[in-house]
Amino acid sequence: MAFGGSEAYGRGPGEAPVTIKILIAGGFGAGKTTLVGAVTEIRALRTEEPLSGPGTYVDNLDGVEQKATTTVAMDFGRITIRDNLVIYLFGTPGQERFWFMWDELASGALGAVVLADTRRLADCFPSVDFFERRGVPFVVAVNCFEGARRHRPEDVRSALDLDPGVPVVLCDARQRSSVRDVLIALIEHALRVLQRARAAGTSV
Amino acid sequence: MADEDQWLDEEAGPVVRPYALTRGRTRPTGEVLDLITLVTAVRGVEVDTAGLDPEHLALLQMCRLPASVADLAADLDLPLGVVQILLADLRVRSLIHVHHPTPPAGLPDPRILREVADGLRRL
Repeated sequence: MAFGGSEAYGRGPGEAPVTIKILIAGGFGAGKTTLVGAVTEIRALRTEEPLSGPGTYVDNLDGVEQKATTTVAMDFGRITIRDNLVIYLFGTPGQERFWFMWDELASGALGAVVLADTRRLADCFPSVDFFERRGVPFVVAVNCFEGARRHRPEDVRSALDLDPGVPVVLCDARQRSSVRDVLIALIEHALRVLQRARAAGTSV
Repeated sequence: MADEDQWLDEEAGPVVRPYALTRGRTRPTGEVLDLITLVTAVRGVEVDTAGLDPEHLALLQMCRLPASVADLAADLDLPLGVVQILLADLRVRSLIHVHHPTPPAGLPDPRILREVADGLRRL
């Protein structure tokens, strides 16, 4: 059981369950689902999002506007660290038209993994921009697809124009141990960001 | 309407009206519960089922132990937005406890993060 029973639940501050949100971002087909699936069982979450822009109001019956919605499927998974301490990994919808969901997703996130496919590096520019603007700590994980030319992390860093503090790690999204190392890199990075913020007396 | 066409492919799924369950409401009463917010059914209360749908009651069953909003939506196989509204209904009736994931300061405890990193190393 991931979370203790209600008895343990109300026992005191030390016993309060903690949930941590990590986003897995990157371009369409970069391997986000594969990455989540490498460390945990994949669960599917549906959202129904109102369409915005042209075509939003498809009917007009008796003056009542009917909002059309579109289904967006999102993968997620959870890793239980111990009783009452669970990490949730959420794969963000890759296509840009689903970006309206990102604000809610990113709210309260501890950090993000931006999965980069070096054959289509530009696909992860929007994710990098988003997390930089929001001040969400992130690492760039270069998914080493078979057949893709190996790139040095420094080259990826310079191509993405990353801040020096942002870790770039090579990974194989299919490998449990590799994904685990990516997540550890993110947690350690988030810890550094947090401690810097605390030292500076500001909130992130 | 050329702009509309871009939404209507297999990735986007069918255009449907899932909010019939919520009687047309698209926003919950009160705050929107986060995906990782934990919800627990309040124990030992008589549940007045008037005005509650089977989905409300299913949610109450499912969160007898703390469960995250994301897990509840996945288990119930309903869209997240609908589940958020149904949970808000239960909250208004004081049938569930809500446990927010982040402390008021909005920053996680460094000790917790170290524990998470150590836990991941043992994976």
